[in-house]
Amino acid sequence: MGSAMFGAVESGIIYAIMALGVYLSFRILDFPDLTVDGSFVTGAAIAAILIVNGTNPFFATLLAIGAGFLAGCVTGLLHTKGKINPLLAGILMMIALYSINLRIMGRSNVPLLNEESIFTKLETLFEATGIDAFFNNVASSIGLSNLTSTWSILISMLLVTALIKILTDLFLRTQIGLALRATGDNKRMIRSFSANTDQFTILGLGLSNALVALAGALIAQYSSFADVGMGIGMIIIGLASVIIGEAIFGTRTIAVTTFAVVGGAIVYRIVVSLALRVDFLETGDMKLITAVIVIAALVLPQLIDGQKERNRKKRKRLQQELKLREMKDGGEEYASTKSNSQSI
Amino acid sequence: MLRLNQIHKVFNEGTLDEKVALEDINLTLDPGDFVTVIGSNGAGKSTLMNMISGVLTPDVGDVFIDEKQITSLPEYKRSKLIGRVFQDPMAGTAPSMTIQENLALAYNRNRRRTLMKGVTKKLKSTFQEALETLHLGLEDRLSAKVGMLSGGERQALSLLMATFTEPKMLLLDEHTAALDPARAALITRLTGEIVDRTHLTTLMVTHNMQQALDLGNRLIMMDSGKIILEVEGEDKQNLTIEALLHEFQRIKGAKMNNDRALLG
Repeated sequence: MGSAMFGAVESGIIYAIMALGVYLSFRILDFPDLTVDGSFVTGAAIAAILIVNGTNPFFATLLAIGAGFLAGCVTGLLHTKGKINPLLAGILMMIALYSINLRIMGRSNVPLLNEESIFTKLETLFEATGIDAFFNNVASSIGLSNLTSTWSILISMLLVTALIKILTDLFLRTQIGLALRATGDNKRMIRSFSANTDQFTILGLGLSNALVALAGALIAQYSSFADVGMGIGMIIIGLASVIIGEAIFGTRTIAVTTFAVVGGAIVYRIVVSLALRVDFLETGDMKLITAVIVIAALVLPQLIDGQKERNRKKRKRLQQELKLREMKDGGEEYASTKSNSQSI
Repeated sequence: MLRLNQIHKVFNEGTLDEKVALEDINLTLDPGDFVTVIGSNGAGKSTLMNMISGVLTPDVGDVFIDEKQITSLPEYKRSKLIGRVFQDPMAGTAPSMTIQENLALAYNRNRRRTLMKGVTKKLKSTFQEALETLHLGLEDRLSAKVGMLSGGERQALSLLMATFTEPKMLLLDEHTAALDPARAALITRLTGEIVDRTHLTTLMVTHNMQQALDLGNRLIMMDSGKIILEVEGEDKQNLTIEALLHEFQRIKGAKMNNDRALLG
């Protein structure tokens, strides 16, 4: 149980990078971008094939990010210059990428079992510097032993994801970032303030898919393979993270919302790993579970709000009734004293 | 300042829905001119605005600002020169962003947008000073989301944002039409104040005749895509609604008589 949870948190933190990408397109640009299903695999494919061919894994990951950026830009071009509906532009890019990803990998699956990845490099570093031993001691001192063979993934990914979150927050507050947000919020308005909305849409989709591809590259190295089908439903997982996070942590400011998205991605992984422990559910039910989680995250808040509203109205009615009754009672008393005084 | 040269625009040409929106429009605005535009629905007022702002391009004719031809300059590039306030109070601001972020967007109108911080301390005090001129207390709510503001407040903010960087021209497209009478009066007053202070060359479309008479130094009346009446200076100051309506009927009547004569 402990190690399963640990794994869920680990992968949740990596998937959080993908969720931040989905947040950029879906929430900031108001563009439901299905390119994600393809660009996630593109990131994984490029990293995997380069690593297999002996490229430095850090460099391979960087190239994966660049490829994701390009894929997003193409979707942006299809939408802005080709005037194709956002959903359709994303779907077109998604299926185009399926073939491109197969071409990149040369086959449908590239295993990375004995290859040097970012994580093997970090693992060696953590072992050598004694950081692992330190955290293992801390964990066993609070009664948790044998959680993991290495802390390197959790800690390094926590740092990377936190850095990306902070950079995203800062970026969205720059002059370019403000214009990007306005593009998603009110295109007509920002055009009247001399911003080229086409350019900002393309840039936003590029950045979004760059993050998605980075997550893909990291997941491939984390799970030691890249597969052409690993991106199926990725957009829904991203949306699930965004929606769950927003429902739990709120959206008061940009910084809170990006935190919520990261949190949502981790919560999602934990929920899935808990769900998979239920006896009658199988690994193949993952997508169904995801769909159910997203539906729950969308519908539950409405039900809760509805119930709150009903309770509020009920209270209000009761108060009103009490007030009426008091007035009536007061009136009767007044009337009775009046009649008494008359009789005297 | 602004010069429109023989502008023609036809919508749906060659179909049953063909509509001549603008026909041979010639109009020159001198620097500091404040022109009010009136006319019935479908007279071509909004099309005229869209020609100037670059949302639409003319079939024939040219648009000049400061004698620079901008006929085919895309909308977003033109907006460096032209400030706009729309009829819909929701249209001129970004609702999910704060007041200061909206003002920062306006502030960057004619600057290159970079990776520098959008809202700096220095800008905040500039924004506060600017908001004080509206007398709505918005200067104390810099980090409130614009979506929380009322229609009147949003329109006042839109007006401030449109004029913030003192563009060459200001286009007001029935910008008080969606407000209640009190808010409309407030925005009308603010418009007068801002234009007086900045001497912006302004073109304002309105359905409110009184407003058209109260504001500006020139008035033009449009009908069926043509400018049918131009009044300026003292003549405009002495103009009344009755005289305006009378004039409109006289011109329309004369035209109808002409048509009748032609048909007969």
